[in-house]
Amino acid sequence: MADELGRKWDRCLADTALKTVTGVGIGIVFSVLFFKRRTWPVSFGSGLGLGMGYSNCQHDFRSPYLIHGRVVKEQS
Amino acid sequence: MLRVCLRGVKATAQKSSGRIRLTNVQQCREYTTGESSSASRVVAAGLLTVTGGIGGTIIYAKWDHKFRAAVEKNVPYSEWLLGLALGPVSQDSGLPIRKPMESIQPPSMLEKQMRTSKAKSEKKLKETTEHGAQDSGPASPQPAQNIQAEASAEATQIISAISEVQSIPAPCDTEPTAAAATVFQDTKSAGTAEPLRERSAEEVAARLAQQNQDEKDIITSLSAQLDDSLASSAKATLQAIGAQEAALQAITQHTHKLKEAMEAEGPSEEKSTQWKDLEAALADRTTSVNDAKTALVKANEALDSLKSVIDKSKGLKITAARPLILAAEENLHKMVVDLDKVVSKVQSAESEAKIVAQYTELVHEAKQQFQREVSSLTPEIQANWKGLTGKLSTDDLNALIAHAHRRIDQLNRELAEQRVQEQIHMEAALEQQRAEDQRALDKAVGTAKQHVKEEARLEQERKLAELREVIEAEMRTQLRRQAAAHTDHVRDVLKVQEQELRAEAEQELSSKLLAQETRYRQLTQEQLDDFTLDMNAAYARLKGVEEAIDSHVEAEEEARKAHRLWLSVEALTYTLKTASTESPSMPLEDAAEAVRASCVENDFALALASALPEESLKRGVYSEASLRARFNSLRSLARRVALIDESHNTLYQYFLSYVQAALLFEKQQEVPPTQLRSEDLDPFKLLSYASYCLEHGDLELAAKLVNQLRGEARRVVEDWLIEARLTLETRQVISLLSAYANAVGLGTTQAP
Repeated sequence: MADELGRKWDRCLADTALKTVTGVGIGIVFSVLFFKRRTWPVSFGSGLGLGMGYSNCQHDFRSPYLIHGRVVKEQS
Repeated sequence: MLRVCLRGVKATAQKSSGRIRLTNVQQCREYTTGESSSASRVVAAGLLTVTGGIGGTIIYAKWDHKFRAAVEKNVPYSEWLLGLALGPVSQDSGLPIRKPMESIQPPSMLEKQMRTSKAKSEKKLKETTEHGAQDSGPASPQPAQNIQAEASAEATQIISAISEVQSIPAPCDTEPTAAAATVFQDTKSAGTAEPLRERSAEEVAARLAQQNQDEKDIITSLSAQLDDSLASSAKATLQAIGAQEAALQAITQHTHKLKEAMEAEGPSEEKSTQWKDLEAALADRTTSVNDAKTALVKANEALDSLKSVIDKSKGLKITAARPLILAAEENLHKMVVDLDKVVSKVQSAESEAKIVAQYTELVHEAKQQFQREVSSLTPEIQANWKGLTGKLSTDDLNALIAHAHRRIDQLNRELAEQRVQEQIHMEAALEQQRAEDQRALDKAVGTAKQHVKEEARLEQERKLAELREVIEAEMRTQLRRQAAAHTDHVRDVLKVQEQELRAEAEQELSSKLLAQETRYRQLTQEQLDDFTLDMNAAYARLKGVEEAIDSHVEAEEEARKAHRLWLSVEALTYTLKTASTESPSMPLEDAAEAVRASCVENDFALALASALPEESLKRGVYSEASLRARFNSLRSLARRVALIDESHNTLYQYFLSYVQAALLFEKQQEVPPTQLRSEDLDPFKLLSYASYCLEHGDLELAAKLVNQLRGEARRVVEDWLIEARLTLETRQVISLLSAYANAVGLGTTQAP
């Protein structure tokens, strides 16, 4: 249980890094292909990647506290 | 006031709505212009409905009390508002209950009044009868008679009153009669002022008997008197009647003889005999008339005495003598009537005789006159002129004839005079006759009236006597009925009393019997108990001896078992020590098995042995040292995630938590307080407390403190906590077992 936190952090950082890079890459691609070598797709992509990574990380850390509810139909 | 409130509320509503509208308008001026009026309208409508609702509720609450109560119960401040608007809840259900009670009272009061009046009248009656009994003596029968008559009157009154009470209580009927009775009794009893004294029944009966006796005596004497006087008067009357009849006979005889004498023209011897007879008859008549008179006087005397006796007896007023009196009166009346009749007959005969006598006198006088005349004319000729036809001369004859002629003339003249004066004489005679007739009529009418009066009175008396008898009989029947009712009632009361007394006696008897029985039972029970106690004591001692011997054997057995148990527990304790710093101890399975084997019949030890947690049996437990080491590494981790919990778990929080852990410094070890306050629940403090506890070997307290961590920190130390719990549990069980084994061993060991 104590190690889990460390493991989570590892996963998180790795995932974020991957996503950011991927985002940057895709941004570059888009920028080159569609947006006339502007910088904003790159920053957009990197932001997208960071954001996704951040969100994933947060979700991962939150996962023990998330409550999954279901609507149970009353059987009358 | 309600309307004022409503108006005020409406005004404020209007004002507020106006204000809102203004602000709305202001706002709307800034933004758009189309939506202002609708909003204000909505607000105004809302306020109106609210006020309308409140007003309606108040009005309905005023009309319906139950609704008001429901509203007050359910809505918090409604009672204040309703109280303000309508006033307090009125109480008008308590009054109608009192009225029926009041109406019930008058009949009962009237009944009580009637009962008291009845009791009073009865008491008075008793008093009067007592007085009557007292006063009844031969000396004064009159008051007794009075009282008796009045007592009978009262009795009838009381009976009538009682009968009325039994049917339907009609106060207006019984009150006046009761009042009249009391008034009557008061006026009567005022005359005889004597204290009320209850007489015994025998005295009363004796006095009543004496009273009866006295009455009877009086009646007998009275009847004797009456009979005597009646007899004497009857005799006298008969005598008088006889005498009168004899007189009558004599008178008629005399009158007849006189008439005969007057008319007859027989020879002188016959005449003389006639005259002699006449004289004898006259003498007879006078004597008989005298006799009759004396007899009449005697008869009248006797009748008067009878009358006086009757009056006297009437004055006595004894009811039983009345018929006698009545009979005597009737007899008297009859006698008087007869006497009067005879007297009147005699009187008529006498009047007739008087007339005849007058006639004879007249004739006699005429004859005398004639004789005188003849003798004056012819002095020598004697009376007896029939025998002198040859001796008379012609002168004498002529003189005689002339005298005779003269006489004839005179007589003719007289006759003519008489004829002239006939009418006057006739009238005078008629007058005389009328007057006499009148007199006779008056007398006859008077006597007849008297007789009729007397008869009527007698009739009345007879009828009265009959009626009295009838009433007497009726009263007797009523009294008899009352007596019968009284005897029935007394019989019933006696029966009830008898039953009651019998029940009481039986109850007494049964209670006494019960007491005796219980005492007997108690004694026997005591005896039994004593015997049982002795027996039990002896038996117990025997048993004790046997048990002592058995227990010796048992004790040895026990000691052996305890020894075995202790050994196995020691083995178990030793296995705990096999834990190293990093790895857990050996599985406790075998040792636990050994323990279980050695305490097969010992439930407590068995329970404890089976209370060892599964994990410890399978895998073994960690030692305290390893746990301590682990804790130290865990501590830094827990510090780092101190801010994270269910609600604060974003990455930013994580960052903050890390910064806090880096910047916050706490004591490495801190003494935990005896009582945790809320500020001690801070994770850093808790960790320092737990560290301290662990350093000092108190794993339990450390575990407790660590248990207070919340959130992510708790999740991080969860594993450690579980391990610590396991260790603690196992250690507890084992320590219990060893303590138990020690105790058992100590118990079974016998001191030398």
